[in-house]
Amino acid sequence: MKPPRFGYCAPGMLDEALALLEQHGEDAKILAGGQSLIPLLNMRLAGPAYIIDINHISELNYIEAEEGYLAVGATVRHRQVERSSLVKEKHPLLVEVVQHIGHMQIRNRGTIVGSIAHADPAAELPALLTCLVGEVVAQSIHGERVIKAGEFFTGYLSTSLNPEEMLTEVRFPWITPQSGWAFMELARRSGDYALVGAVAVLTPTLDDHCMSAHVAYLGISGNPVRAREVEDSIIGTTLDEQTLEHAAEIARTFVSDDMEDVHATVDYRRALTAEITKRVVRAAWARRKAMK
Amino acid sequence: MQEQEETPTFSEESLISVTVNGHIYERNAPVRMLLSDFLRHELHLTGTHVGCEHGVCGCCTVLLNGEAVRSCLMLAVQADGMALTTIEGMAGTNSELHPIQQAFQEKHGLQCGFCTSGMIISVHAMLHENPNPTEEEIRHELSGNLCRCTGYQNIVEAVKLAAERLRAGAAFNAPKEVE
Amino acid sequence: MATRWFGASVQRSEDPRLLRGKGNYVDDIDLPGTLHAAVLRSPHARARIAGIDTAAARELSGVHLVITAADLGEVLEPSPLLVPHPALTHPRTQLPLALNEVRYVGEAVAYVVADDRYIAEDALELIDVEYEPLPVVHNLDVASSSMSGTITGTATTENAPLVHAGVPGNIAAHLVQIVGDPDSIFATAPHTMRETVNMERGAAMPMECRGIVARWESFEGMLTCWISTQAPIPIRNGLAAIFHLPEHKVRVVAPDVGGGFGTKIMMFYPEEILTPLAAIRLGRPVKWIEDRRENFISSNQERGQLHEIEYAFDDQGLLLAVRDTFLHDTGAYTPYGIIVPIITACSLPGPYRLKHYYSDFTVLYTNKVPVSPYRGAGRPHAVFVMERIMDRIAGELRIDRCEVRSRNFIQPDEFPWDVGLVYQDGGPTTYDSGNYQAGLDKLKVLLDYDNFPKTQAEARQQGRYLGIGVGYYVEGTSIGPYEGANVRVESDGRVFAATGVTSQGQSHATTFAQIVADQLGIHPRDVLLTEGDSQSFNWGAGTYASRAATVAGSALHLAAVKVREKTRKVAAELFEAAPEDIEIAGGNVYVKDAPHRALTLGQVAISANPLRYAYGENARKLMSMKLAGPRSGPALPSERGAPGLEATEFYSPPHASFASGVHGAIIEVDPKTGMVSFVKYAAVHDCGRVINPMVVEGQVHGGVAQGIGGAFYERLVFNEEGQLINASFMDYLLPTSAEIPPIAVDHVETPSPLSPLGMKGAGEAGVIPVPALFASAIDDALSPFGMRVLEMPLHPCKIYELLQASQNV
Repeated sequence: MKPPRFGYCAPGMLDEALALLEQHGEDAKILAGGQSLIPLLNMRLAGPAYIIDINHISELNYIEAEEGYLAVGATVRHRQVERSSLVKEKHPLLVEVVQHIGHMQIRNRGTIVGSIAHADPAAELPALLTCLVGEVVAQSIHGERVIKAGEFFTGYLSTSLNPEEMLTEVRFPWITPQSGWAFMELARRSGDYALVGAVAVLTPTLDDHCMSAHVAYLGISGNPVRAREVEDSIIGTTLDEQTLEHAAEIARTFVSDDMEDVHATVDYRRALTAEITKRVVRAAWARRKAMK
Repeated sequence: MQEQEETPTFSEESLISVTVNGHIYERNAPVRMLLSDFLRHELHLTGTHVGCEHGVCGCCTVLLNGEAVRSCLMLAVQADGMALTTIEGMAGTNSELHPIQQAFQEKHGLQCGFCTSGMIISVHAMLHENPNPTEEEIRHELSGNLCRCTGYQNIVEAVKLAAERLRAGAAFNAPKEVE
Repeated sequence: MATRWFGASVQRSEDPRLLRGKGNYVDDIDLPGTLHAAVLRSPHARARIAGIDTAAARELSGVHLVITAADLGEVLEPSPLLVPHPALTHPRTQLPLALNEVRYVGEAVAYVVADDRYIAEDALELIDVEYEPLPVVHNLDVASSSMSGTITGTATTENAPLVHAGVPGNIAAHLVQIVGDPDSIFATAPHTMRETVNMERGAAMPMECRGIVARWESFEGMLTCWISTQAPIPIRNGLAAIFHLPEHKVRVVAPDVGGGFGTKIMMFYPEEILTPLAAIRLGRPVKWIEDRRENFISSNQERGQLHEIEYAFDDQGLLLAVRDTFLHDTGAYTPYGIIVPIITACSLPGPYRLKHYYSDFTVLYTNKVPVSPYRGAGRPHAVFVMERIMDRIAGELRIDRCEVRSRNFIQPDEFPWDVGLVYQDGGPTTYDSGNYQAGLDKLKVLLDYDNFPKTQAEARQQGRYLGIGVGYYVEGTSIGPYEGANVRVESDGRVFAATGVTSQGQSHATTFAQIVADQLGIHPRDVLLTEGDSQSFNWGAGTYASRAATVAGSALHLAAVKVREKTRKVAAELFEAAPEDIEIAGGNVYVKDAPHRALTLGQVAISANPLRYAYGENARKLMSMKLAGPRSGPALPSERGAPGLEATEFYSPPHASFASGVHGAIIEVDPKTGMVSFVKYAAVHDCGRVINPMVVEGQVHGGVAQGIGGAFYERLVFNEEGQLINASFMDYLLPTSAEIPPIAVDHVETPSPLSPLGMKGAGEAGVIPVPALFASAIDDALSPFGMRVLEMPLHPCKIYELLQASQNV
């Protein structure tokens, strides 16, 4: 299981990488963490003519608090986020989600942006970004494009990125202090891709009803899914058990008919989706902070 | 006319300078050569093993600038300028066993030995981050290293023993590591 | 004599080098000038090969050789049939490279040698094979569909596609064995039941894949192969025959091997023929290392069987008779005969008094990877069936599951117990010793079995589903044909020992040293064991079937005893004493009561070798001691035999010895998700007398982990085209440290009367009862839903489906 031949380049500046992409974009792949790309190369399921290694582009390594969102640059490793005191303090949901990614060896190399760009619908970060209505920044030599999560993920391992573009940043919107949040996934083994997973952010009203809800899923479709009807079914309620049952039933409908694989039939996935909906919504609601 | 900056070009071979267990190695290597193969076949450090080449089994785990990584998921060229620690670098200057290795011996934490190198490196990384792990934490942190022989039981016992001794300041002369 | 080392948990001598990363596995071997091979494998489960074009591959820079079947000359022969059997009427073994037809995804079609593996894989992509796909026999249903009255109930008039043209109905073998008179028992029994049990394939998945390095030295005419194998000596014999070389001109070495579990015992895997062939043709060493993808599609697999069972029992829960008719999936070939289903048939009675038993199995070809033993080798299936029977009897009669088993156990005073069948070694299935009730008693203590109903009831009130399951097995071990050993004291007092078996993690270098050290009064670290090298010991069968410790261990013991006797005789002459008065301890040899006037063991060895020229300090000391006066007659009298202190002995067991054990677990099932976690796991085992308890417990732990994998995580999933759709570690799930629970272990020891040290085998034990106890625990946890598990492996989706089905009933 050895990679096929390719040309390799490790530019030190973003401009250089973009110039290379402009010229060779169709036949090139970006190498950041390599935790998704290199297995594909080893199995010869990918055979790009060129590999552009962006790990030396120091200007892409940043975690910054901006107005409205946390900005993470393209070469930031999962582990950096896990350990960042800034993120632990200001965006603990992101830390929680990142801790579910693979194993520590994967997180030491894999990158936040890389996981987003890889767009595996069973991955955690695309679902989180979708839930939070986050954005990505795509750059080419022609300029910058900010793409909302809902328009970025276009299918299994597909995004709306053009061949001459690369992702340079991902933006995770902040969660308001009174909101409750939770992330859960059901997986066969520690560190596996989830069978299904869900992330929820719920904001309470002054009289402790659900004011707004964001609920997104991974592993139930070719894209991460934000389930509006699930959200609508819990908005305005006090999240009693009957509401949760109802929300769970609605959640089932979001599982695509083609989501059958070695580990799960569609029917079973629907059962898991219903169950995880209840658990994650319950847990998110329990974490809310009452308004004064 | 503006001066044209030289854009970097693609190559299929590269000169790599990498520090492994304190020694500096310089080699030409094909860019597609995996770090695991580079260590084993270019540098003849065969203690790091290859079990799957798709990043699941953990047999190939090494430390890259102190962090545990899967060497089968890195190109050798990506290690240029970096410092690696492999299993060969765990024992002391006089080849005495590291406390982790010693604990594995005493608790029978290995049988065929194939997963052991990667396992010990991962344990080393884990105890560095979390010197007093619970059993549950140990089992969770080591879930990225598969073993087919031991059923993990004695590995967990070895880790507990090693952690205890390291916390008590087990004396040990590690080989000098180049920063 | 009292043993000091046998029974002690001695730390391993293998560890210092393995811990330091100084092991020597096949891929670590780096001979100058080595070239690297890769294998082109069929992407189709069944297809005709219309043509192969290797021109482009051969022209690729760095490629030295590309061969197909057409290039093999007289080497193009089917591999030998290991273990023939009269019931195996239509055996088929594999050619080194496919000729005209491929029969499983992964079958070797072409072989490439290049400067490195990367280039070799590039070359594979340039080989153009024209396939004409044919209908695929992708499972037992399809394989058996032209069997009339087939147990799957799908008798059709359509003919099944044939895996082999000359094998009608895909039937390789059919064997019926009858004990007693089951028909008459069924006719009158108070209760009878009938069920179908299905078991799916799994794979051994050692951490180290297969591999071989071959070197041909033409100036010596010597072929040397280092192979990650469990049976180097038979391979040496086979290679000598294939390449027309005298056996002493072929050396096969099993270096450090990273796990075998049965999958590395074969003769031949194609690469084991092709690599030496390439080395001979190219005049350079050639290395082939299997990668994990190949391991999934070309290393032997096991566990596929479909059973239709009927059983009769009385109101007391006594099992009166069993009829077991099963289909066994052998894959595309029968390289290992029909060992696995024979073991299944013979293992089914288990620890119970079963006097009336009808066993009928049919071995069917399918278009899948060939089947040969994988740890357990047919026993997990048998135990699954029998333990499901016991649980059902208990359920029907509302008797406690352990109580039913107790009522059926063979009692300690009933040994030897003849099951009435012919075992895999051709010998009788006669249990030599055992105490099954004692094992069950110990297990119940470890699990706090009697208090569990209360725990379960409390949990159910909280909406949690806990269950307890038990699985008992009897395991035939330590079969022949034989093993041998050579033991020799060296002049420095250390002892060289060699045997023909080999280790893949079983700690032989330590445990065998313990056996020898006991006889020669030294520390095990001073016994230097060599195994797995045909040049160091010429005779032997290999490591499989839980036999190495007993059979090779016994041979080592016998040889060490002989060396001890010789030492005493030689020392007696030197000290002018009687041999009975000579003591050997602490590396010294002396007349009892005169330890101050001792010789070292090494010095006695030197004395035993009447060389004209003596070397070193020891020799000078011996001369100065003026031991014994002038002698008459030859320096090496005929009654002394050979010079030195050396012996070679062989041990051939009269028949198998039968280890046993019982495992149990408390699990929790989440009925909403089908997910299962372990609350407690306990294993009680009896492998007779134990050389090194630490090593045996480690084996049990590892076996249990593989058993849990095989019960709940690992399943090979094939589609209707015979494609393995989960051919990677991402989707074939080996359990990690987070999934395997702590395992409490206890022992019963019923020594075997069959071998000198009373040992029985332990290597496979851990894995055997796990699927059975897992099913038992699931049924118990989900008993409110009327669950009855009749298949393995399970997985959460399957548990969910079974729950849905049982609630709809």
